[in-house]
Amino acid sequence: MDVKQVFRTLSEASGISGYELELAKLIQQSCPWADEVRTDKLGNLIMLKKGQGPEPRPKVMLAAHMDEIGLVITKIEKEGFLRFSTIGGFDQRVLLAQEVVVHGRQGALPGIIGAKPPHIQAPGEQSKAVKMEDLFIDAGFDSAEEAERSVRVGDLVTIKRSVVDLQGSLLAGKAFDDRAGVAAILECFKTLSTITHQADVYGVATVQEEVGLRGAITSTYGIIPDIGIAIDVGFGDSPGLPETDTIKVSHGPGIAIGPHVHPKLHARMVETAKEWNISYSLDPSPYPGGTDAYAIQVARAGVATILLSIPLRYMHTPVETLDYQDIQRTGRLMAMFIAGLDHEFVEGLTCF
Amino acid sequence: MKAIIRQLTEACGPSGYETEVTGLIKDLIKDHVDELRTDVLGNLVAVKHGSAEGKRIMFAAHTDEIGVVITYIDDHGFLRFAPIGGVGISTLVGNRVRFANGTIGVVYQEGKAEWKELTLDKLFIDIGAASREEAVQKVQVGQFGVFHREFTDLGDRLIAKSMDDRIGCAVLVEALRKLDRPRNTLYCVFTTQEEVGLRGARTAAYGLDPDLGLALDVTLTGDTPEAKRMAVSLGQGAAIKVKDASHIAHPRVKDLLVGLCEAKNIPYQMEVLEWGGTDAGAIHLTKEGVPSGTISIPTRYVHSPSEMVDLRDVQACVDLVLAVAEADLEGVV
Amino acid sequence: MLLARLTQANGAPGQEREVRDLIRSEVEPHAHVVKTDALGNLLAIKNPDAPGPKVMIAAHMDEVALMIVGIDKDGYLKFRPIGGVDPRVLVAKSVVVGSKKTLGVIGSKPIHLQRPEEREKAFTVQEMVIDIGAKSKEEAEKLVKLGEIAYFTTAYEELGANKVKAKALDDRVGCALAIRLLQEKVSFPLIAAFTVQEEVGLRGAGVAAYQIEPDIALVLEGTTASDVPGTDEHKQATALGQGPAITVMDRSVIPHPQLVQELLALAAEKGIPVQVRRSTAGGTDAGQIQLSKAGVKVAVISVPCRYIHSPAAIMCKDDFEGAYQLVRHYLARLEERAGLS
Repeated sequence: MDVKQVFRTLSEASGISGYELELAKLIQQSCPWADEVRTDKLGNLIMLKKGQGPEPRPKVMLAAHMDEIGLVITKIEKEGFLRFSTIGGFDQRVLLAQEVVVHGRQGALPGIIGAKPPHIQAPGEQSKAVKMEDLFIDAGFDSAEEAERSVRVGDLVTIKRSVVDLQGSLLAGKAFDDRAGVAAILECFKTLSTITHQADVYGVATVQEEVGLRGAITSTYGIIPDIGIAIDVGFGDSPGLPETDTIKVSHGPGIAIGPHVHPKLHARMVETAKEWNISYSLDPSPYPGGTDAYAIQVARAGVATILLSIPLRYMHTPVETLDYQDIQRTGRLMAMFIAGLDHEFVEGLTCF
Repeated sequence: MKAIIRQLTEACGPSGYETEVTGLIKDLIKDHVDELRTDVLGNLVAVKHGSAEGKRIMFAAHTDEIGVVITYIDDHGFLRFAPIGGVGISTLVGNRVRFANGTIGVVYQEGKAEWKELTLDKLFIDIGAASREEAVQKVQVGQFGVFHREFTDLGDRLIAKSMDDRIGCAVLVEALRKLDRPRNTLYCVFTTQEEVGLRGARTAAYGLDPDLGLALDVTLTGDTPEAKRMAVSLGQGAAIKVKDASHIAHPRVKDLLVGLCEAKNIPYQMEVLEWGGTDAGAIHLTKEGVPSGTISIPTRYVHSPSEMVDLRDVQACVDLVLAVAEADLEGVV
Repeated sequence: MLLARLTQANGAPGQEREVRDLIRSEVEPHAHVVKTDALGNLLAIKNPDAPGPKVMIAAHMDEVALMIVGIDKDGYLKFRPIGGVDPRVLVAKSVVVGSKKTLGVIGSKPIHLQRPEEREKAFTVQEMVIDIGAKSKEEAEKLVKLGEIAYFTTAYEELGANKVKAKALDDRVGCALAIRLLQEKVSFPLIAAFTVQEEVGLRGAGVAAYQIEPDIALVLEGTTASDVPGTDEHKQATALGQGPAITVMDRSVIPHPQLVQELLALAAEKGIPVQVRRSTAGGTDAGQIQLSKAGVKVAVISVPCRYIHSPAAIMCKDDFEGAYQLVRHYLARLEERAGLS
């Protein structure tokens, strides 16, 4: 199984927060390395790769969210234009003139996001962003009656985008946040299938991260892991962003340090990277919210957690850009970290 | 049903202090349920047993309402206060508030305060006391109060304070009184502290761990002059929520509700709410997760002392609750 | 003195080791079980297997501080607050940085070089640096690592007749109270939970409560006092010298109504002055504890502190003593009740 190809497929598939069911099936088909696979009540896909150690084995949870931000139809205008709002945090400025896919009752329909053309705008208007409420989707309908035969309030809309191959191993596309993390879990499983490890590994493609880390809350409750590793994307270095707020693209994952990271896990992850010569960046994170790690850490009686961040440029746009090698580095780092785990280390995680 | 709505909306139940409301509900349903209990957070849990092949459903309607809490009493007997939940300045000034012991006062603004720059800390409550000594005979710092406003019957449409969410409570009360022996086991939870963060529903759901969670709550409408864009109107039926800021209705739960409305000819409309939340937001994240959704009662002027609903929408919601109680949920949850 | 040692220990959210070690040595003689969990909460348990109400007293160990997020080529350290800090209080303070306890100062552009209108604007965190005297990035990196923490260096001192100045009174006052209260003679299970990461979102308390499953929880806090010039009386939240503050509502919690009434009545009965907190801003660990599992009866008892979340706060010793007496009497009341039943 070529995980890079899987990553392309996943990026181009649809899976807006709350509606990840079809995407979960795709991921499941792309993971021949799991011993057991199940979906929980909120739709989290849980892939178990059993360890070779004696029972009870330590449990490691790898979490990457499969959901993506998207749009939802809020109103059908009498001329047949579709009004929308967002699910998750879209910058309204990137939406204008995008091609979209409207997921209607009878299947997918193409459309474009339109607004008032520049010719009839008042002077000075062009220096202002077009507001979300002034945008609409034009799917070619001539009336509300015609539109309502295929579309209704509450239907979902994704941006249409194929993966773009940039120079070297850089790729651009939509929903890399966080299908990149899902791909890293698959890379990790692939590597683990070639080496021995004691711990049971639960690879979880979580749901509804973009609307509040919701899938991680319930999946962690069900798994009760000893160690939680969240894999998400982090701000890659790009023009206009201060160095202190970014991690370098093509230099491996960011290893977070902050309140949401267990100090012993941080130290061990850094040692592992050094030992196996995997490049990484240190990622100080004074504000711990915003990734599944935040939810995993406080499940039940608490979980030792760590966050790995795959550097990504232009986050929450349909041209998110990353280096595929960073996904591979992240997968390999996790695999080597897991291979090095034993009971003694895991038991030490509650000794402060 | 109007009598029930009047009784519930005229009661005083600020978040955290809902016992007057839960007490009334207890009296209304006690002869129609199998079990009735109250938990640590004050949630009232009414259980109606179903048949062996049924599932366990938690319905939640919140008993609390927005209000004010007294933070200070000055030398001249005026009260300062902080808001409980989403109370707006424009709905407070000139309105009256009532405390649990019956004390009533008027809210007004500091004389020098400009309307545009008005903040809540520039408002005060006048209970007619001439001094601090006189005021403390009637109220104390830390007391909770609510809008003081009577119920108005306009025929099909009704106006009252705290329709949010006594109307949801009324829907559940009405459904419980009509049900005999449902297919599914129902846990009708009259929750507390929704307005301050869906708190009661969270602990109630943990204790129950249901198969399906459904909140009954109000939603906004887009059918008033120059309203924010929203495809929900008064009188167009029960609103089936797609999403709000607290949850995304589980697709299968949403489809179940739509299917039941279609099958039983219950008028309904789809609802996408761009902000706000309901108890379903807390329920669906309980333990390993609970597939959840919300049945909304379209309501105008939410969080004002004059919230308006249409009785036909309310009836549609009752019918939908009854349909869910009898529904075959195999394959849904 | 205990409070002096507690406030002079350093413990940012997630890095509470110094505080935890100090507290552990204090509570070990008075608890049957002392343990930590995956987040670093310290739980000191008295009478773990006894019947009766299970009572949790909670105080958080962490304090607001600054995290090092960058080192520039000239050896200056860039930082971001960890927890809620008003950036305006930071400029021109001294700090101690990282595991090597390197001293530094928070520098800014000198007044001589500022345009008059610049002085009207507050410095932002991005404009400030910590200067440890290093001449280059390489030299600085030998002393400080990314992700390490800078702490204020404020010493504990007594002021006036009955006041105390220190850093981190929020919430080492609670820690000091919990340590003392654990020494009370009770026969029911009493658990002192010293929690982590309160300042970044009440993170440790929920996890602690999940394990403890208390019937009753009393959260002991240091809270905002604003009895200072320029604040109207109704906006002061609390005032020093008027006794411990009881919370009826804040952003995180509406404490259990009967428990609040019981504490107020008890204070009146025992002649302990108390004040009802006059603000609903801020949050405490009680918010998470109340919502643990199927719900917990909670109350919040606070020692008023001026200038919290800044390098130096001030409290009144009488308020601290009042808080201690109030909770002590409450525990005694529970003991009486347990004996009667």
